[in-house]
Amino acid sequence: MNAEDLGKTLHRLERAILPLIPKNPTAEELIIVSGLQEVEVIRALQWLSNKSLLTLTGSKTEQIVLANETAEQIVQNGLPERRLLNALSDQFQPVDTLIQRAKLSNQELNISIGMLKQKAAIEITKTDGLQIKLTDQGKKIKEKEWLEEVFLHSPFPKIESKLTPEEKFGYDLLKKRGLLKIETKKKINVKITPQGKKVAAGLTTTAYEEKLTPEMLKNRTWKGKEFRAFDVSINVPSRPRGKRHFVGGALRYVKQVWLDMGFEEMTGTMVQSSFWNFDALFTAQDHPVRDLQDTFYLKKPNRSKLPNDKLVQDVKTMHETGGKIPSTGWNYAWDPKDAKRTVLRTHTTALSAQTLAKLDIKDLPKKYFSLGKCFRNESLDWSHLFEFYQTDCIVIDENANLRHLLGYLKQFFIKMGFEKVRFRPAHFPYTEPSVEVDVYHPKHKTWIELGGAGVFRPEVVVPLLGKDIPVLAWGLGFPRIISDYYKLNDIRQLYRNDLQQVREMKEWML
Amino acid sequence: MPKVTLNKKEVLKLVGKALPDDKLADRISMLGTDLEKITKEEIEVEIFPNRPDLLSEQGFARALSSFIGIKKGLATFPTKNSNEKNIVKNTAKEWPYVVTGIIKGLKLSDAKIKEIIQIQEKLGITYLRNRKKGGIGIYPLEKISFPIIFTAENPDTFKFRPLEYPSEITGRQILSKHPTGRKYASICQDWKRFPLFRDAKNKILSMPPIINAHELGKITEHTKDVFVEVTGTDLPTISRAFTMIMTALSEMGGQIYTMDVHYKDKTGKITTPDTKPKKMKIDRNHINKLIGLNLSETELKDCLERMGYGYKKGELSIPCYRGDILHPCDIAEDVAIAYGYDNLKPEIPNVSTLAYENSYERFKERIANLLIGFELVEVKSFHLTNKENQSTKMLTSIPLAELDSCMNTEFNILRAWMIPSVLETLERNKHHEYPQNLFDLGTIFKIDPSQETGILEQERVAILLCGAETNYTDARQILDGLFQALDLTYKVEPTTHPSFIPGRVGRVSAGKTKLAYIGELHPQVLSNFNIEFPTACFELNLSELWEVFSKTL
Repeated sequence: MNAEDLGKTLHRLERAILPLIPKNPTAEELIIVSGLQEVEVIRALQWLSNKSLLTLTGSKTEQIVLANETAEQIVQNGLPERRLLNALSDQFQPVDTLIQRAKLSNQELNISIGMLKQKAAIEITKTDGLQIKLTDQGKKIKEKEWLEEVFLHSPFPKIESKLTPEEKFGYDLLKKRGLLKIETKKKINVKITPQGKKVAAGLTTTAYEEKLTPEMLKNRTWKGKEFRAFDVSINVPSRPRGKRHFVGGALRYVKQVWLDMGFEEMTGTMVQSSFWNFDALFTAQDHPVRDLQDTFYLKKPNRSKLPNDKLVQDVKTMHETGGKIPSTGWNYAWDPKDAKRTVLRTHTTALSAQTLAKLDIKDLPKKYFSLGKCFRNESLDWSHLFEFYQTDCIVIDENANLRHLLGYLKQFFIKMGFEKVRFRPAHFPYTEPSVEVDVYHPKHKTWIELGGAGVFRPEVVVPLLGKDIPVLAWGLGFPRIISDYYKLNDIRQLYRNDLQQVREMKEWML
Repeated sequence: MPKVTLNKKEVLKLVGKALPDDKLADRISMLGTDLEKITKEEIEVEIFPNRPDLLSEQGFARALSSFIGIKKGLATFPTKNSNEKNIVKNTAKEWPYVVTGIIKGLKLSDAKIKEIIQIQEKLGITYLRNRKKGGIGIYPLEKISFPIIFTAENPDTFKFRPLEYPSEITGRQILSKHPTGRKYASICQDWKRFPLFRDAKNKILSMPPIINAHELGKITEHTKDVFVEVTGTDLPTISRAFTMIMTALSEMGGQIYTMDVHYKDKTGKITTPDTKPKKMKIDRNHINKLIGLNLSETELKDCLERMGYGYKKGELSIPCYRGDILHPCDIAEDVAIAYGYDNLKPEIPNVSTLAYENSYERFKERIANLLIGFELVEVKSFHLTNKENQSTKMLTSIPLAELDSCMNTEFNILRAWMIPSVLETLERNKHHEYPQNLFDLGTIFKIDPSQETGILEQERVAILLCGAETNYTDARQILDGLFQALDLTYKVEPTTHPSFIPGRVGRVSAGKTKLAYIGELHPQVLSNFNIEFPTACFELNLSELWEVFSKTL
């Protein structure tokens, strides 16, 4: 911007200050000369400096100043003990008289008596009320000017490092009495830049309008007025806004993807019986995933009700002998007590089992998804959460096969922004064949495990659905995808609720 | 899942082909084991719990070799009869079963002994569920006199020197004094009698499933012939574990000898191990349909043989070490693995289904979106918290659902309301700019015996406004706005609640349904969370609100 245009953007305060600078190169002088408030001058200097029209250098000095009003009065009237001393004579005088003559408060009197007594300057008697007289020592003291007084009477402010030993003595005594304090004073030196000089020279006397007011509009007085130009390139403070939590952005997108692919939503509770979380999914009662160290069981309340007897009986038979299908089962005695243990769901697959139990075969084919929190008894660290989101899907279709499963998963991950998907053999108690799903992370150049999938075993499907129909199923965890998208290194940040982070986080824009 | 470390050179020698590392890594992953890493000397893999037969170098190499098509087909394990006996009598009712056998002609080195211990340990952890279902013992044959007796005795009377322990102690003392005893004490500490092996000279071999005797139960590099036993709770389970360890030892170069185990009960006399393959009928069409392939009889046979099976016209021979085959679908998976998961073409079928979003979920979503119009910021807190925050700091006492054996004691309670969770957030954000106007929409858990789980779950949205100038009106304005958006009328009646300032708390209801408390939080509550600004809030029951609202639709 040229000097003239720049001049037009100057605020009223800047216009007032800029021409004064060459002759008054400190903030203090500018305050006096301009007649403006200190805050106005400082603000104008800051703005001008931001525009490189001047440079500011600051220096700090520590000054000794009078601490308060009492101190200021003492400078005028003298120290209280001096006033008492002056009122005394070598005859005993009653205290009341002395207070009047020396113009002392009771407190000042007490302090003064104490100090003078310490110096053996006075003698006190209590025979006829409290009476005081001057001693010979007191007379001598009275004649001298004390170091504290010398200090108080010399000009302020003073710099502590420059005090003479005598001054230092007086200073210490007065400071102890709370009459002096140290004040940090900032001195601002101002130097105009060549550009500043040009701008200053080009300033016209035009009165620019700062604000377009409703009155101007009503009365049309804006006509013929010039408005101060703004520096439109400057940074402005942030403005508060309402905001959804960033994790939700990812979750809503996942949901949208399943809806786009024709899936129906299933919902359900987080607290479940072990029956739905494990037994209905053919997870043997002695399977390690059911151990306390992996799963959150409830202590209170700790027993759930089981569903209808027929279903319970069918699941029991399946575990024990494989029932009427060509399966051996797990070959152990299934215990309804274990199935009743109440648990925080370890996977949303529990909802898939419940959905199958409610489903009518006449309505097939069907596709379902769920999205919700799951829980694992883990200690919290940068890569582990005890609560995390999972999405589960089931596809129930007489003609479904393993390649369809891979098809749905591949499509899902393409929509999540991962072009390369890999499927590996895996093992889960309730699927066969089982698949581990990895996606290739193009930036980190690694494969990331994102979940398990498979075709539900007939041992799962038959008791729930009543018939051996292929059910494709998958459960995907994505804290990793979310933290990666938002560039978080520590998975705990997802739920740390640091307001600055929550307020400033970018949106999910996939 | 157990991780095992295998000697790369040894594995490749057994596989019968030198594979470069990248090829090896790829094939191991595609075989169905989780590869951890391959170094110059070692392969580290995680074995899925359905394939404990892969825990040994021999088993692993056997599977890999047939998978890549080198040594295809059914592995057989011919046995000889040892003519030795194991007598089962007077066993503990908790631990009644035993199977035994002999391996002769092993050439052991330190490395080999370590590997045997590794297989024994991992099988104990996985297949035998941390020895809760069974325990494995291996003994130098030359120190033992037959017949062996498997029995159970009073743990306070029998005494022997356990492995690597300086002196003789009683069975019960082993559980407190020997490190392995302490580790597995919980299995048998409450039993009246502990399982015990004695030989023909009445010497103690071991106290299963805890520990071997030092004298008779320690194998060294001079050991050539071994006696092997598995004991436990269930005969089929221990028999499979036994077959796995016996076949692994056989592939180290040993010859399997069977033994006769004499039970006094209806089990009678059994000869173990049984290494004959099991037969199963399979249906090629069914397998093709499930995977989505069209394999011919020859192709199917090739796939099966590469997974170590024998196959002839619909009849499958399953090798004896496979303990995981419950149903023909397990065979389908192996066919898919042999075909190669990487060769399966993903396909989206042309099936029409209708998408449907749950309407209550959509309702909650819309409520949350409305709130950002009031410049509120959404936070998301954990469902797990603690009693201190839910109750003590809130000056209330409410019944709370508790978790068992939590890793984190700060998180052992399911929250019964949301406001305390948001207060925690405010406490953690004191250094950030005010006002802090937040909302959190989530699930709460109430003890309710009428529910299937004893817990009623409901969704609530808590709105907390915290700032120097904040008061009741601010919260009330938002409540007004929400009901206006829903086109519902509501009322607020004065009430009392220990968490709020007396006289500044109201009960919100629509019709007869109570929906929320609204008010200014008590200064003591705020101090308990170290919050230095007044806070107005309400917690709206969305489950109940949805009941009311959906009737108007």
